[in-house]
Amino acid sequence: MRAAPDAEHDERWRVLSRTGEDVTLEPCGDGPVLARHADVVVTADGVEHPVTRPVVALCTCDKSQRRPWCDSTHKSVRRPA
Amino acid sequence: MRLPHPRGLLSATVVALLEDPHRDSPEPGWSLGDDDVLGSEDLQLALWILYELHYRGFDGVEDHEWDPRLIAARRELEERFEAELRRCTRHHVDAALAASDDLVDQIVHVIDDVDGPSVARHLQREATREEVLDFLRQRSLYHLKESDPHAFVVPRLDGRAKVALAELQYDEYGAGRPDRLHAQLFADALASCGLDTAYGAYVDDVPGHTLAVNNVMSLLGLQRRLRGAALGHLAAFEATSSVPCRRIAAGIERVGLPDVAAAYFHEHVEADAAHEQVAMRDICGSLVADHPELREDVLFGVAACLHLDVLAAEGLLGTWDAARDTSATRVA
Repeated sequence: MRAAPDAEHDERWRVLSRTGEDVTLEPCGDGPVLARHADVVVTADGVEHPVTRPVVALCTCDKSQRRPWCDSTHKSVRRPA
Repeated sequence: MRLPHPRGLLSATVVALLEDPHRDSPEPGWSLGDDDVLGSEDLQLALWILYELHYRGFDGVEDHEWDPRLIAARRELEERFEAELRRCTRHHVDAALAASDDLVDQIVHVIDDVDGPSVARHLQREATREEVLDFLRQRSLYHLKESDPHAFVVPRLDGRAKVALAELQYDEYGAGRPDRLHAQLFADALASCGLDTAYGAYVDDVPGHTLAVNNVMSLLGLQRRLRGAALGHLAAFEATSSVPCRRIAAGIERVGLPDVAAAYFHEHVEADAAHEQVAMRDICGSLVADHPELREDVLFGVAACLHLDVLAAEGLLGTWDAARDTSATRVA
């Protein structure tokens, strides 16, 4: 399995591709990181989360109720209305 | 789908033209009717019927998609629609342009600037079961053709914006799995609640502003000139979906409707958290990087989406309030 170049250094998750395709990561300001070409996200507790979409948003604020996926909670955490 | 019941002169004329293509009686001035273009049931229904010819169409009505008389009618009605939308949203676009040079910041500025009541919050906390069902009926007009209006924009794009739009739509269209087609997920949700899953089944129950919410997507999607606004609309739609979908799912669960109905909205919490970023950055961002002259139109599309959402939300909440007052009076 091939990991995104900088994903291995993120303590929250590792983003992996089973097909050997290069995973790409796109940070979105104070929001999530978009991951493409990924097959599985492994969280720090060792749990494997299969990827079922062409592009997924990974939580970076640690407040999502659906980690590792972003559920847009960062908007109320980081930008109170 | 059957042709909807007309709601005035304009929609009656459109229906008559579709029922009898050889009809030679003079058409009305398409400029007639209500001044409240965005809320006019008659005008918005007339437009909705004309746009629907480009989607699934109507039973017994064949081959009218490019009838010059119908296209001429559509042009006149949509000119009024677009002019009113531009008038109502101008200040939001100007404020965003003055606030920042960065497109994502400008889009977020418009989203923060357009203020209105939250239907999702009402559904989450206090809506009755019947109000939740009413909400699903209203939403069925769009969700049974989810993502179709924006699909018209694909051949009008090149390069990165096109790739990103196709990526987003692939997800909307089930990512290769027919059972995951979002329109199918919504049909499953309707069926689980005992509602009609037929395409367009509830059009006669939908008020003018909600018809306008649907029509604006066709207005923008069907004209190359407005491709920037169509994609701005998509960005606004996606960026205001994830959090409300979480609330709506909670409301559905609170009133005890089936998990299948909540599942549609749970799916969109995660999907739209990603789509929001794709739409703002990779679709709109790439488009404006390649075509800087489209920046204002992108922001117009953002503001038009949100302005109509506010009007529809106010209308829906007002209707539910009034019904509640009436039933309270009846009980007393």
